[in-house]
Amino acid sequence: MANKDIMRAEDFSFTYPGAPAPTLKHINMPIEKNKITALIGPSGCGKSTLLRAFNRIHDLYPGLVYDGKILLADKDGKMENILDLHKEDQLVKLRQRVGMIFQKPTPFPMSIYDNVAYGLRLSGVNAKSELDGRVEKALKGAAIWEETKDRLSDSAMGMSGGQQQRLCIARAVALKPDVLLFDEPTSALDPISTGAIEELIAELKEEVSVAIVTHNMQQASRLSDYTAFMYLGDLIEFDKTKKIFTDPSEKLTEDYITGRFG
Amino acid sequence: MKKRLLLNKIVLMLSTFSALIGLAFLFWILGTLMVKGLSTMHWDIFTNDLVQGGIRNLLIGQFIMALMATAFAVPLGMMAGIYLREYSNNNKLAMIVRNLSDVMMSAPSIVIGVFVYAIYVDKVGHFGGWGGVIALTIMMIPIIVSTTDNMLSLVPKEFREAGIALGGSKHKIIMQIVVKAAKVGLTTGILLSFARVVGETAPLLFTSANNQFLTFNLNDQFPSLTVSIYNLATYPDQASKDLAWAASFVLTVIVLVINLGGRYITRNKD
Amino acid sequence: MVGKLFKDFSLFSAVLILIILAGIFSILYVYASDSIHQFGFDFFTTKTWVPGEDDDGGVFGGLIPIVGTLLSTLIAMVLAVPIAMGIAIFLTEVAFPWLIKPVSIAIELLAAIPSIIYGMWGLFYFAPIVQELFGGSGVGLLTAGIVLAIMIIPFMSAITKDAMNTVPGVLKESAYAMGATKYEVIKDVVMPYSKTAIIGSVILALGRALGETMAVAFLIGSIVTLPGLITDPTTSIPVLLANNFAEAQDLELSSMYYLALILFAVSFGIISFAKFYFLRRK
Repeated sequence: MANKDIMRAEDFSFTYPGAPAPTLKHINMPIEKNKITALIGPSGCGKSTLLRAFNRIHDLYPGLVYDGKILLADKDGKMENILDLHKEDQLVKLRQRVGMIFQKPTPFPMSIYDNVAYGLRLSGVNAKSELDGRVEKALKGAAIWEETKDRLSDSAMGMSGGQQQRLCIARAVALKPDVLLFDEPTSALDPISTGAIEELIAELKEEVSVAIVTHNMQQASRLSDYTAFMYLGDLIEFDKTKKIFTDPSEKLTEDYITGRFG
Repeated sequence: MKKRLLLNKIVLMLSTFSALIGLAFLFWILGTLMVKGLSTMHWDIFTNDLVQGGIRNLLIGQFIMALMATAFAVPLGMMAGIYLREYSNNNKLAMIVRNLSDVMMSAPSIVIGVFVYAIYVDKVGHFGGWGGVIALTIMMIPIIVSTTDNMLSLVPKEFREAGIALGGSKHKIIMQIVVKAAKVGLTTGILLSFARVVGETAPLLFTSANNQFLTFNLNDQFPSLTVSIYNLATYPDQASKDLAWAASFVLTVIVLVINLGGRYITRNKD
Repeated sequence: MVGKLFKDFSLFSAVLILIILAGIFSILYVYASDSIHQFGFDFFTTKTWVPGEDDDGGVFGGLIPIVGTLLSTLIAMVLAVPIAMGIAIFLTEVAFPWLIKPVSIAIELLAAIPSIIYGMWGLFYFAPIVQELFGGSGVGLLTAGIVLAIMIIPFMSAITKDAMNTVPGVLKESAYAMGATKYEVIKDVVMPYSKTAIIGSVILALGRALGETMAVAFLIGSIVTLPGLITDPTTSIPVLLANNFAEAQDLELSSMYYLALILFAVSFGIISFAKFYFLRRK
């Protein structure tokens, strides 16, 4: 197997609690290292469900059924099935390696500094000097250092939506994750903030591998290296973004990207 | 990491433990009531008055006072709620009334008893059922105000607009559309507040006081189940204590049944 | 025409609430004025409660019932706050979904049980246990405080639970996505987010405990002495009113009104504070 993948879903199926049929059916899909992978498809196709499986955030709600494998590469490139993790500490570590940014900005009810330092403190970083350094680096990395450096102790709730979302990215980046999952990160933002976030995501791939769910096809084509098109719980097509948007192999993909449905 | 997980476990266990404590007390109290209540209950107590060792007059008296209070408090409280939600445009007065009504809802019930003693018992010169009714009415009004206020706020404003678009006058729209739309919630609120006042003791102690005999004259001292329980429980003889348990059991069953009934109505709606 | 009447009546009903409140304050004040003039603020620091003979009016001070009220409430709060928080956390974050509803209903039923039942149960079943464990006569501050705690826990946990339920799920998820444990999510996200409502619920429960009559009347011992030990019997304002109000006359009666006025003013102040600062409604 190629070692360029950081994560990979293999024959992965997922069923919500009490649902009669699986929401995701036999998905095979890689997330390549230091690349951006976009998941597109009409509402209800399962793209967010798949994304949320990559860091097992689903597990907060009991009763769901996983099937198949989701592999995550460790430092040496050895792939480990994250669906085998069951202990709480394993899941906590997994989520520190695979971070997530949500649709709406989710600043915690604390100061800007504490928001960014939060994950670091959880993972045991307590020395003031190290925290200061890593908070600054993360805020710079998320391109809001200039706006926030003079008010780090202000509440994060007072920032604008775009700033809050970049703060949330900084918060996730601070943990130096291997993978960042973005669940429609700009759908609640204005066009200018959206542009800034997109630029930021594009820069982030130097450091981390990115998977992004978006309903905005321009965003997928501008931003991503690979695109997965999903429909009704199936992965219809996965390929280089360029290929998907110019010469898709499947009729369904073509219909979707040309706006015939969805 | 180990420490974090341990702390996590401890806190979650403590919280589960506190829920268990809460439930344990519920079952302990209800269990005691069941055991003591059922063992001391006879069907005779429903046909005898207190003077003959029964609770017939007490039940009737307690219900009359609570029902009379409901008859006064529901229209007054609902109208006040209607003012707050439909007429006030959230002006200063509405803000004050709304908040003070909430404050009054939590006022010590014994103080309301003292107040009614001053304005009623002291004036007419004797205890009387009307005193109990007034006290319970004062307790109930703010609960009804708050329920009405909340329930009407849930009615979408399109209902009102549609009514106005059809040329309805405001008070008709309120009564025929808005209140109707909120009917289920209002009924639940009224039932719950009835359940609350029917079990009150403190505001009755020196307003209606108590009566050993059946009476329907609200100018007399009025029979009260709760006041009787308080008296009987502290009498030294076993027969009185037993009657207190039986009466407590009946009271609790009534209160919980009305409570569950009120909840059941709303649940059916969703 | 009918519309105007309807509107006026609704306005009258709203204003009636203010009239009742103002009425309670002024009536209590008027009836308490003899005692207020006689004792003034010394009332708060005087511990004698002795009716006089014939012409002598007697000496009345509120210290003991005031202290009794405060101490029993304090005991109740110390016990109730952590347990109520625990229950709220259990119901919002810990319990299996199928457990939440029945447990919530059970806890709310506990809140619906009339207080006189708590008092009776406490007297016959709980007081002997307290006596066994802590000594004393069984009735006294401690027993009253514990049963008072049991009474206010359901109320407090119900409001706290509702406040915690308003925390957006995605906010909690994003803390989990940072690798937080459940406890950390509760401590760092859920509690800060619902902080004001939680404090408000605690203060409301405090107001309830201060004014609770029947449960305490069975259990506090109802004697006008200062407690030396936590298990000693004493009295509280509501209990003194419940037991002695109807028989009191002249200056003693006026002093009773004074006590009622103090209780009403204190709980009014506390509850208004909670409402205006923490539970403000739009």
